[in-house]
Amino acid sequence: MANKLTPKDRLAIERVHMPEQDSSQRAANFSEVNLGLAEAAAIREAQRCLQCKNRKCVEGCPVRVDIPEFIAKVAQGDFAGAAEILQRRNVLPAVCGRVCPQETQCELVCVRGLKGSPVAIGHLERFVADWAMTHQNGQIIAPAAATGFKVAVVGAGPGGLTCAGELARLGHQVTVFEALHDPGGVLRYGIPEFRLPKRIVDYEVGNLVKLGVNIQCNVVVGKTITLEQIRRQFDACFVANGAGLPVFLKISGEDYNGVYSANEFLTRVNLMAAWKEGPGRTPIIRGRNVVVIGGGNVAMDAVRTARRLGAQHAMIFYRRTEAEMPARVEEIKHAKQEGVEFHLLESPLEIFGSDDGWVSGMKFQRMQLGEPDASGRRRPVPIPGSEHTVECDVVVVAVGAQANPLLTGSAPDLEVNKWGYIEVGPDGATSIPGIYAGGDIVRGSATVILAMGDGKTAAEAIDGYLRKLRDKG
Amino acid sequence: MFEVLENQTLAPSLHRLTVRAPLVAAARQPGQFVIVRKDEQGERIPLTIADADAGAGTIRLIVQAIGPSTQDIVATPAGGALRDVVGPLGKPTHLQKWGKVACVGGGVGTAVLYPLAKALAQRGNELYVIIGARSAPYVILADELAEFSKQVYVITEDGSLGRKGLVTAVLADMLSGTLPRPDAVFAVGPVPMMAAVAEQTRPHNIPTMVSLNPIMIDGTGMCGGCRVKIGGQTKFACVDGPEFDAHQVDFKGLANRLKMYQPRQDCRIGLGKEGR
Ligand SMILES: Cc1cc2nc3c(=O)[nH]c(=O)nc-3n(C[C@H](O)[C@H](O)[C@H](O)COP(=O)(O)OP(=O)(O)OC[C@H]3O[C@@H](n4cnc5c(N)ncnc54)[C@H](O)[C@@H]3O)c2cc1C
Ligand code: SF4
Ligand code: FES
Repeated sequence: MANKLTPKDRLAIERVHMPEQDSSQRAANFSEVNLGLAEAAAIREAQRCLQCKNRKCVEGCPVRVDIPEFIAKVAQGDFAGAAEILQRRNVLPAVCGRVCPQETQCELVCVRGLKGSPVAIGHLERFVADWAMTHQNGQIIAPAAATGFKVAVVGAGPGGLTCAGELARLGHQVTVFEALHDPGGVLRYGIPEFRLPKRIVDYEVGNLVKLGVNIQCNVVVGKTITLEQIRRQFDACFVANGAGLPVFLKISGEDYNGVYSANEFLTRVNLMAAWKEGPGRTPIIRGRNVVVIGGGNVAMDAVRTARRLGAQHAMIFYRRTEAEMPARVEEIKHAKQEGVEFHLLESPLEIFGSDDGWVSGMKFQRMQLGEPDASGRRRPVPIPGSEHTVECDVVVVAVGAQANPLLTGSAPDLEVNKWGYIEVGPDGATSIPGIYAGGDIVRGSATVILAMGDGKTAAEAIDGYLRKLRDKG
Repeated sequence: MFEVLENQTLAPSLHRLTVRAPLVAAARQPGQFVIVRKDEQGERIPLTIADADAGAGTIRLIVQAIGPSTQDIVATPAGGALRDVVGPLGKPTHLQKWGKVACVGGGVGTAVLYPLAKALAQRGNELYVIIGARSAPYVILADELAEFSKQVYVITEDGSLGRKGLVTAVLADMLSGTLPRPDAVFAVGPVPMMAAVAEQTRPHNIPTMVSLNPIMIDGTGMCGGCRVKIGGQTKFACVDGPEFDAHQVDFKGLANRLKMYQPRQDCRIGLGKEGR
C-alpha cells in the first residue's frame, strides 16, 4: 500500500506526536515519560518519508544508519526487516531512539523539515528497536569467523560498548573492563530511568554478551590492572573511559551538607537506585526547595529527578537565556510540563549554610546578555546591584565535567592535551601503537551517538591494524 | 561474585573476612582500600585492605557492622559471596624510614592502621602502637601488631584492659619524653580522635598522617562526594587520599559531611513518603 502513495499524499500527512505519560502523574514517578508509537502511527509516520536519493538524513547521523531504507520497511509493515537494517549500523538502537538529539542531527537536515516538520526519525528508530526487543530474541547479526585476536576495551559506556560490538561482529575476541559494578557508563549512572529505563540498557548489553563480548565489571584500569598489562595481554585496546570528573563552582559554601555534584546526585539515584525505598539502600536527600545550577541535559535530568523525589520547588538557575541552553529541546519542554521552574540570566555567587552545617540558601546575581564571545554566544554580564538570595535545602551543581586523570595519569606514554583529554588521530589512534580512544575522554562532554561513532570508527581502524599485524606476522 | 573463604569474629560486630579477589590481591599496596557491595540492593561500602596474599589471590577485610549494608557483609558465611569488590583504590601509604613511629588506632581504626603499621615496620621503622577502645572486648589486633612492633600500649575508656583513658594520654607521654619520643605519627580512628592527635603533635612539628573515611560512592574521583578540605584546597579522598597530612585536614568539615545521612529530627533523608 505504501508504494502507492504519491509524494503529495506523503506531504499531506502530519508529523506524529509521541504519546507521553501525563505530566502531573509522571512528576511523581520514575516510569518512562515517552510511551512509544503504536504500529499504525509508526507506519503512517514512515509514509511521510520521501525516500530521497541524496539521503541528507544519513549524512546527519554520526553512525550512518540507513535511515530511508529502514523507514521504507516500516512503511511496509516489515518491522523485522527494519530492525535488521537498523542493527547493521547501530549496536544500541533502543538507546539512541531515546536519547539522541535528533533535532540537531538527522532530523535537522531531513528534507521534509525544509517546509514543515522533519520525519520523526528518532521516534521510528525507537519504535523499531522496541519492536525487535519484544518480538525477537536479541541479536540477529551473526559474528564473523573467529580471528584469534584479543582486544580490550576500557569503559562500558556507549563508546566502549559500540566498539566492543563492532569488533565482536568482525570475529575478534573482546573483553570490556568497567570500573563500576554494572555496565552502561552514563546510560547507567547518569541518564535517569524516566528517560532511559535501565532494562533497555540491560537488554542492549545482553545482546553484546550474546555476540560473545566478555564484560568484566569492578575493574578500574590504572588501579586494578594497568594499561601496560593490557598491552601485554591483548593485541589492541580501545579506551573510552568517559569524562567522569565533576566540576564545582568554586564559590564559598560548596561543602555544606545538601550540596551535590550532578554526578553524585544522579549516581545515587540511577546506579544505586536511591529512589527505590528500603533499608540498606543508598540514601539521597529529598529537598523541598532544590536549586540546580546549569542548562544542559545533565541539569535537566537532575532537576526532573529532584521533582520526582518530592521537591515542591525544583528550580533551574542558568547564566544565559533558554536559547543558549545546551539541553535538548525535548528535555526543556518536559521539565516545564512537570513543573520545573526556570530562572534564567542568574549567576551563582555564594552558598549559605545553617549552624548545623546544612545548606540553607544561595546568593545569585542577575545577568544580561552582552557582546558575543569567542563561541559566538552572547556573553552574560552582571547587572550591578542585582544580588538576591534564594532559599533552598538541596543544591545540585551541573555545570559540566572534565577528564578524569585516574587512567591517563597511570599511563605516562599516553598523550593528552592540556585539559587532560586523550589526543587521537582521525581514526582514534593514540600516541601508543595499538591503543585507540574515543568518546568523552577525547571530545570532552559530548553525546551518546558521537561516542558511538568514535567506537565504530576505532573498531574499523583496530580491525585494519590487526589485519596488518597478521600479514606481517 | 567474590567468594568469602573465611569469616572470623574479632570483637562484637567486628569481623575479619578473607575474600578471593586475585586482581586486587596482586595490585594492592598498603594504605589502599576496596569498595564492597554485598548484593544488588546494598550500598557501596569502602573498606581498607587489611592484608593480602597475592599468591593465594586473597585479601582480608575487617568490617564493623554499623548499618544494614555492613551487617549484610559481615553476615556472609565462609562459602558465601560478595557481589562486588573493586580496587585497590586510593593512593598507597607513603613509606619511608622515619625512625621511631607512633601508630595510634582508635576502635575499628586499628584495622585500617594494621596494614600501614606492618609496611612501616618492614621499612625498618621502630613501631610504638597505641590501641584505644571502649572496653576490653573491643581491643583488636593486639597480638598481630605486637609481632612487628617494639611496643604495644593498650588503653580502654573503662580501664577493663590496659591503661584507663584515651589514646591521647599515651601519646602525650610519648611527646613529653616519658615514653620514647616519636619521629612520626600515624593515626586512624574516629574524627575527634584524629583531630586531637593532630593538635597534640602540631606544636612539636612532628609529621603526622591520618587516614580519612568520608562517605564515598564510586571511589574513582567521579562523584566528588568524598571531598575534604586539605590546607584550604578541595581534595577527593578516594583518589587523592585516603591518607593526608593531619596538620592540613579540616576535621570540622569532615565531621559535618559524615553526618549527612544520619537521621535528623526533620527527617531529610528520604526513606520514602515520609521524607520531605
Ligand atoms: C546526566 C547526563 C545526561 C546526558 N544526556 C544525554 C542525552 O540525552 N543525549 C546524548 O546524546 N548524550 C547525553 N549525555 C552525554 C553522554 O552520556 C556522553 O557523551 C556519553 O555517555 C559518552 O560516552 P563514553 O562511552 O565516552 O563514556 P561514558 O558513558 O562516560 O562511559 C565511560 C565508562 O568508563 C568507565 N570507566 C571510567 N574510568 C575507567 C577506568 N579507569 N577503568 C575502567 N572503566 C572506567 C566508567 O565507569 C563508565 O562506565 C548525558 C550525559 C549525562 C552525564
Ligand atoms: S531526509 Fe527525511 S524525507 Fe529524506 S530520506 Fe531522510 S528521513 Fe526521508
Ligand atoms: S567517592 Fe566519588 S569521587 Fe571519591
